[in-house]
Amino acid sequence: MLKIKNLHAGIEDKNILRGINLEVKAGEVHAIMGPNGSGKSTLSSVIAGNETYEVNDGEITLDGVDLLDLSPDERAHKGVFMSFQYPVEIPGVSTTNFIKTAINQKRKANGLEELAAKDMLKLIREKSALLEMDRKFLSRSLNEGFSGGEKKRNEIFQMAMLEPKLAILDETDSGLDIDALKIVANGVNKLKNKDNAVIVITHYQRLLDYIVPDFVHVLYNGRIVKSGGKELALELEEKGYDWIKELAQ
Amino acid sequence: MKYTEDDLKKELETQEYEYGFYTDIESDTFPKGLDENVVRAISKKKNEPKWMTDWRLEAFKIWQEMDEPDWANVNYEKPDFQAIAYYSAPKKADPNKTLNDVDSELLAMYKKLGISVNEQKRMNNIAMDIVVDSVSVATTFKKTLAEKGILFMPISEAIQKHPELVKKYIGSIVPQTDNYYAALNSAVFTDGSFCYIPKGVRCPMELSTYFRINEGGTGQFERTLLIADQGSYVSYLEGCTAPSRDENQLHAAVVELIAMDDAEIKYSTVQNWFPGNSEGKGGVYNFVTKRGICHKNAKISWTQVETGSAVTWKYPSCILKGDNSIGEFYSIAVTNNYQQADTGTKMIHLGKNTKSTIISKGISAGKSQNSYRGLVQIGSRAENARNFSQCDSLLMGNNCGAHTFPYIETKNKTAQIEHEATTSKIGEDQLFYCNQRGIDTEKAIALIVNGFSKEVLNKLPMEFAVEAQKLLEISLEGSVG
Repeated sequence: MLKIKNLHAGIEDKNILRGINLEVKAGEVHAIMGPNGSGKSTLSSVIAGNETYEVNDGEITLDGVDLLDLSPDERAHKGVFMSFQYPVEIPGVSTTNFIKTAINQKRKANGLEELAAKDMLKLIREKSALLEMDRKFLSRSLNEGFSGGEKKRNEIFQMAMLEPKLAILDETDSGLDIDALKIVANGVNKLKNKDNAVIVITHYQRLLDYIVPDFVHVLYNGRIVKSGGKELALELEEKGYDWIKELAQ
Repeated sequence: MKYTEDDLKKELETQEYEYGFYTDIESDTFPKGLDENVVRAISKKKNEPKWMTDWRLEAFKIWQEMDEPDWANVNYEKPDFQAIAYYSAPKKADPNKTLNDVDSELLAMYKKLGISVNEQKRMNNIAMDIVVDSVSVATTFKKTLAEKGILFMPISEAIQKHPELVKKYIGSIVPQTDNYYAALNSAVFTDGSFCYIPKGVRCPMELSTYFRINEGGTGQFERTLLIADQGSYVSYLEGCTAPSRDENQLHAAVVELIAMDDAEIKYSTVQNWFPGNSEGKGGVYNFVTKRGICHKNAKISWTQVETGSAVTWKYPSCILKGDNSIGEFYSIAVTNNYQQADTGTKMIHLGKNTKSTIISKGISAGKSQNSYRGLVQIGSRAENARNFSQCDSLLMGNNCGAHTFPYIETKNKTAQIEHEATTSKIGEDQLFYCNQRGIDTEKAIALIVNGFSKEVLNKLPMEFAVEAQKLLEISLEGSVG
């Protein structure tokens, strides 16, 4: 589904990603781990199309479509979703209104009619129940005055509503207490199926106890230096990242 | 009554202009320029009684002595008052003109606004095939209102039919001497609306000047007079929700509201005069004086959505004369490209326990300048007066400006005044977040702006709020890379 070949990207003159190669197939969960500053968040931003980053070389395709040619909203229409590490606030715009706009824009781009109000409502009920969310919460201004955990749960709610092909969860576990972590992970697991894929970006093994990856990749200095199964995450948890750094040199 | 030589002279003057203007009246357009004869001619054209003519002439004399104000935070070339035609009769529909003759860009805009084809035709003075329908609609309207004793008509008609009311109230809130543009308007106003709600009557529908301004095709100097008698209620809508592409450069209106004891007036405006092109050429100078007086327990609410005009100079105000009276001002002002707006309100607290609320939302984009200017004044007898002001500015890009000029004058120690102000910018991160969810940049801006303006949009009557939202979107189109 997602193919990344020899990806080089950075900000201005600074190279952050230096030749990433990654293939994610439908139905798979990949975890990307690595120490601070290794390029994890840059990778997710580049896939989503954040124009702050410049792509210098390589390619990213989703089901054969060149993503680098598309704007961030067009990528979203093709099924790319990113759960933000720091979701922004949009005062005066309710979560309901926001997600309704997003869904209808996506439908429009894919040649579909706007979703009827009653279907939208049904979908909201279903998905908010999945994430054990209080629906009153959805009428509040998006992310305004939300706690860290509420913001993350709201991100996963949006993911559930949009049903993306490829979901990238950027440090979704940060700021979550264990109960919230379980709810979020449970939500992600229920949304997972043979046609979609998830990339989990995280520092810690903790989230991976709940969202079990098929593959774990270790990112260091802008390159994937080691890949393995879920046991690699446990190894990292136990040994830290130092041996990876040595391995890279 | 003695007939003096002065009177004779005056009469002769009148007759002279009558003759001199005869052919022009035939052609229904006055030549450009302004002098006393033009003022007389307008009055004559409207078949006005002498007191009205005299009142106009008095205003004209005052205007001549005044200087154009320059304290507002706007820069523009002063209009040449001799280069303006002060009376132009409604343009006749051209039977040969069709929608195909209308500017395609304009039509695209209408489509976005959801304006019907017939409405589009009417706005462009194209003959319509359902004239009968619209006439009958107007009549039904009038009948319902008449049953309640509500008077709603062009002010020129009111001068004929209800001179006692007009004479009593015109200029009582905005006197001829008030300011330069009010004086000019008093001298040359061509039409406008008059409304009277009798004691204890709740007006059953929203009254609107939307249609008549379009039909008139003039709308340069309107005068609106609205009287809500004791215990009555009215919601009044004013505006042009389509770009008017008006060739008239100067628009100087006066609105006077009178809310008697226990009465309530809601006055909503959506203003979208031609703002000039993206290089800042053309556009309307909108210099408007709007003020209302509240008697005991009365309430006046001004709600405005200002998106048009090259230069806006407008301060809808409330004189809170009666005890326990309430004044409110809710405003959204959008400026884009080279637009300049200096707008706000004055809340003059004179009575005891008077309350006022000011919510102002300024949105600046392009190279525009957007200023809030407000005065909260508490008189010495206004025990326990309260005011709450909130002025928020939203900036888009790095070349626009937002300014706030709040003035507070209080002569009573019991006053409670609160002022809050914020300035924010639409951030790249907000746009990227929206983009990532599949919302394109233009839609994202509309969403963010609507969210920012929500408190004010909520104050508008339902149908108007929807149009206002669309208008905000259109006004800001192309404002971010």
